[in-house]
Parts: sequence; C-alpha cells; structure tokens
Amino acid sequence: MPLARRIIPCLDVDAGRVVKGVEFTGLRDMGDPAELGARYNREGADELVVLDISASFQGRATFLETIRRVAEQLNIPLTAGGGIRTMEEGRAVLLAGADKVTVNTAAVQRPELISELSQQFGAQAVVLSLDVKSGNGSWEAYVRGGRQATGRDAADWAAEAVERGAGEILLTSIDRDGTRSGFDCEVTAKIAATVPVPVIASGGASTFEDFLAVFTHGCADAALAASIFHLETHSIAALKKFLAERGVPVRQSR
Amino acid sequence: MKIAIVDYGAGNLPSVERALRGLGAETERAAEPAQVAGARAIVLPGVGHFGAFVAGLRERNLTAPLRTAYKSGVPILGICLGLQAMFSSSEEAPNDSGLEFFPEKVTALPTNVKSPHIGWNQLRRVRESRLLQGVPEGAYFYFAHSFAAPGEAPAMVAACDHGVSFAAVIEQENLFGVQFHPEKSGETGARVLRNFLESL
Repeated sequence: MPLARRIIPCLDVDAGRVVKGVEFTGLRDMGDPAELGARYNREGADELVVLDISASFQGRATFLETIRRVAEQLNIPLTAGGGIRTMEEGRAVLLAGADKVTVNTAAVQRPELISELSQQFGAQAVVLSLDVKSGNGSWEAYVRGGRQATGRDAADWAAEAVERGAGEILLTSIDRDGTRSGFDCEVTAKIAATVPVPVIASGGASTFEDFLAVFTHGCADAALAASIFHLETHSIAALKKFLAERGVPVRQSR
Repeated sequence: MKIAIVDYGAGNLPSVERALRGLGAETERAAEPAQVAGARAIVLPGVGHFGAFVAGLRERNLTAPLRTAYKSGVPILGICLGLQAMFSSSEEAPNDSGLEFFPEKVTALPTNVKSPHIGWNQLRRVRESRLLQGVPEGAYFYFAHSFAAPGEAPAMVAACDHGVSFAAVIEQENLFGVQFHPEKSGETGARVLRNFLESL
C-alpha cells in the first residue's frame, strides 16, 4: 500500500484572478480561482496550491477572500501562500480555509518564522517554498520570486527548514520554470534524499513523460504544474492513467 | 438537537463544518460545556499539536463533558488529532493526558519513512466497519500526521501502513475515529461522514 504520488495544479493569483506570466508582455488572465479550483477538484486533482504573486500589502485582504472562495469549492487539501512574512499572516491564511501555508523570503530572513508556525499549527501545515537555480554542480536558494540570490546552498537551507519544523518542501527550479523543458529531476532527487519530508516538484512540466521522470528519477512525492492544466493541454485523469500504467501509484477516480 | 463540532481553539473547523452541512447535517460549534453535554452527536476535529489540543479542551472545561458523553452513549467521531486525543497519551506531549477512552499510547511514526505522512493512502481492513460501508477496497484517503495510534489497538477496524502499521479507523460502541481527513478525501471521504451521520 504505497502512498499515492500527488498531482497538484497551481493557481497563481493576482488581484483575485488566476494569471499566467508571459515573457515580456506581463500577465495573462486565466480565469476565476474558485471556478478553476472547482474544476480541478472535480477532475481528480490530489491537492490545490494557490499562490499570491502580487503579494502586496494592499492585496492581502483580496487574497484571503480568494482563499475563502476557493476553499468552499474543495474537498481536497488546499495549500496557500506568497509573501507571508509573519505568524499572523500565516494564521490568517489557515483561518481563511487553507490546510497548509507556504513560506519563502521571510523564512530565509528570519528562520524562526518556520518554528513559530510549526509549533502553533503542526509541521503538516507548514510548507517551505524553495526556489532554486543551478550553478557549478550545486543549487542556490533564491527569494523574492526568484529574483534575488541568498548565497545559501539549497539542500542546506532545506535541511535547516525541516529541522525547524517545515513538513513539506515545494521545490521550484527557476531554470526550468516556464520553459516546458521538463522538471529538474536532478535537484529534486537531491533535495528528496536530503530531507525526511515530502518534496513537491515544480517548474518545467510539459509532457506526461516529464511527470513520469520526476516521480521515478526525481523521487518526487508530488508534482505541481499550472499552465498545462489551465490550458487543458492535459487532463488530470489522462495523466494519472498514463502514470498508473507505468507502475506509479496514483489515486484514480472511479 | 444538533451535532456539536468541538471548537478547542485551533482546529480546522470550517472544512469539517462545510462537509457535514453539505450532507444535510445541522451542526454547531461547541466551545461551552453545555453545548457538548446537550449534543446528539459530537465531532472532534483536530490539527496541530496533541498538547495544544488537550490544553484547549481543558481550558474550556470540555474534558469532563466529553467523558460523560462517551459514557452515556453519545456517538463521538474523532478526526486526525481528534482520534489521537481519544487515547490515553501521546509521545508528542508526554506529560499530557488524552481523553483516555482507549488505554493505548499514541506514538511517533518511524524515522525510516517520510514524516509527516502527507498524502493519499489506502486502508487495510481488519474487520467489519460501519464507517467504511460501501467504500470500495483500495479507495484512497488523505492523511497529514506525524503521530499515530498503534496498529494493535483492539478498537481498530482498518489499518494503514507507513513504515509501521497504525490505526486508520477505529470503532467501538459509540466511539468512531479516523486518522485521515474525511473532509479532504473527496467523494470517498464524504461517504465516511455520511455513514457516521446515518449511524445516528
């Protein structure tokens, strides 16, 4: 009875709408978060991630309202975050209906944030969002939406975050994100071997084979993607059928 | 009379509440002893830390009415940490007592597997179950926990394996417990909640 590998659609949200970053031209509207969430819930997603990509102070109330609206549509777990700086902001996200909260930039600046959230809500509610870039055979952790280097080795930071109480790692390869060239299996396998908690791979998903590779070679516990699901390039059911036929344990709807 | 969802101060009440109401149940959040004492059935939801959970019950004077409800036959459903709280104690908070409905001790999942045990897993049934009636063999449920009740507990009707065999579903007289989150387990989870409601 193995734990099923999870397929997780991600909604990047700005000002109450799901958006997709398009190179040089800014953001493209992809729809209403509650409607998309309901669709993925129905289509067999194992979890949903909602990220506030504006992460502005003014936008916070709108984002909490978005979490509330999305949570109402789901009977699967919901993870939410983006720009969470304090314990209070984390609490607000959970109270709005998320089961887990992601932390990134603020946790690098003040790692105690992870311990505080974990002690209050449990490790299963705290996800470290780890954005990495490769260089010279190792990977460095980046913050501020992948724009700022931290000087910290990604595996070292992941290990510290777990030590402090993070219960999961959402690992995004900045090199692959938006490229549709497949997940970075190498860094996923490295982080998965470093930490004793589940690792969600993100960045670069394009084909069914990419998912198969990240679950086998990448040792990922879950795989996250956005646009390939939004654009209905792939259905979740067809992806799961493909994986099941190749021996990957997945939860299939009857 | 309504179904009391025990509000101990940190649980994931809204999702449990939404799931039960979606199935037609009348619910109320119970943070007062009288609400627990007057309920026709009780749901103990829970996420977080065992110590915080039992302290929350204690501070609200809910421990005694919960024990009385158990003894007088009121159906009680514990979810996740709510199931764990039905046992005598937990390694997570060695100095705190649980509700002591069951004598066994809750222990940490082993270190040879990933912990927390987060994700969808299957059950292994060990005997006839009221909660799992009509749930197909091999159905998946969503788990999110680092501690668990022992797989040898006599009240266990279904186990789950994650490094060790632990109690995933317990049933004994008027006591019900699930280590997974039925409110987060899609249609199969809804079926388990419906079975609980129909047993009332």
